[in-house]
Amino acid sequence: MSMIKVTVIDREGEAHELDAPTDMGMNMMELCKSAELPVEGTCGGMAMCASCHMYVKSDHDLPEKSDDEEDILDEAFNVTGESRLGCQIHLADDLDGLVVHLAPVG
Amino acid sequence: MEQAEPFKPGFTLGERAETIEKDDEDQFILTTNRGTKHRAPIIAIAGGLGCFEPRKPPIENLANFEDKGVEYIIKDPEFYRDKKVVISGGGDSALDWTIFLADGVASEVTLVHRREGFRGHLDSVQKVMDLAGEGKIKLLTNAEVVGVDGGDSLERLTVDHSQQGEMTLETDHWVPLFGLSPKLGPIADWNLNISKNAVEVDTFDYSTNVPGIYAIGDINTYPGKLKLILCGFHEATLMVQSAFKRIYPDKNLVLKYTTVNGVSGF
Repeated sequence: MSMIKVTVIDREGEAHELDAPTDMGMNMMELCKSAELPVEGTCGGMAMCASCHMYVKSDHDLPEKSDDEEDILDEAFNVTGESRLGCQIHLADDLDGLVVHLAPVG
Repeated sequence: MEQAEPFKPGFTLGERAETIEKDDEDQFILTTNRGTKHRAPIIAIAGGLGCFEPRKPPIENLANFEDKGVEYIIKDPEFYRDKKVVISGGGDSALDWTIFLADGVASEVTLVHRREGFRGHLDSVQKVMDLAGEGKIKLLTNAEVVGVDGGDSLERLTVDHSQQGEMTLETDHWVPLFGLSPKLGPIADWNLNISKNAVEVDTFDYSTNVPGIYAIGDINTYPGKLKLILCGFHEATLMVQSAFKRIYPDKNLVLKYTTVNGVSGF
């Protein structure tokens, strides 16, 4: 199994270093849920709800946002230039060392 | 509906279960937001993710102006006749209401949206652009309402514009249309044990901590819970066995298969 390390900073500021498999078709929303971090993922990963809104704090080169992701972030709150939907960040080897911060619930 | 028909169920639609009480014969009285009452020995909550409620912008004193100029749903457009209205959002609701209220209803309509692109129907987007071009509405893109202010009712908004900085908009109403998000709603006040926005149940029969109240499907939680429709069906099936025994403690329950005698075999 291929593994990378990613760090998720929760809403209280605590950093969680997680082992993330890159060969299971997982995304950051699913990784957070599997680690029992407080990410809802209400829509199941279809970029329809923004309940997995997170800020990317490391300078990894992520794929561009799709129109669907842009549209949903448009109606989310506390959006910044670092905002992404966790469900649209697919775990891959080049994301080793990724650092994200969970956005406030809203 | 046809599958349920042989059991002649009653329906109360478009209403929300608000309160639960017990009468002196140990029956539940459930009252909806519109005053409809149901009396039953058992309640099964199959509420999915809960009630969908408007998503509210994180503005500190917003609650002070709710129903005093800030509305999250337009119930009656006449309410806005000859008023100054600001609408926020980029979806179809925001576009449609902007178009509707600009057509001789409100005295002034401003649409505030965070981006330049809109996610509504292309036709609606074009209409809004045309209205802005004709000066019939004020369109503020790359902008966001960040503050509300007034006396007894809403009087002005603070808008943060990405290039022009903060500006003030005088208005009678602000209608933020940012979609809906699921909340437990009144269920949270029914003295049920709640964990992570879901109702805790015993997997023996999906009963809650309140005898006679069950919770099945996405609304419940227990160790190993999976939000799958397959599991929901299983939970419902076991729940009704337990409910039958509560309702008819002296009757024996026989499990029947619809594959043998159909639903008429019950």
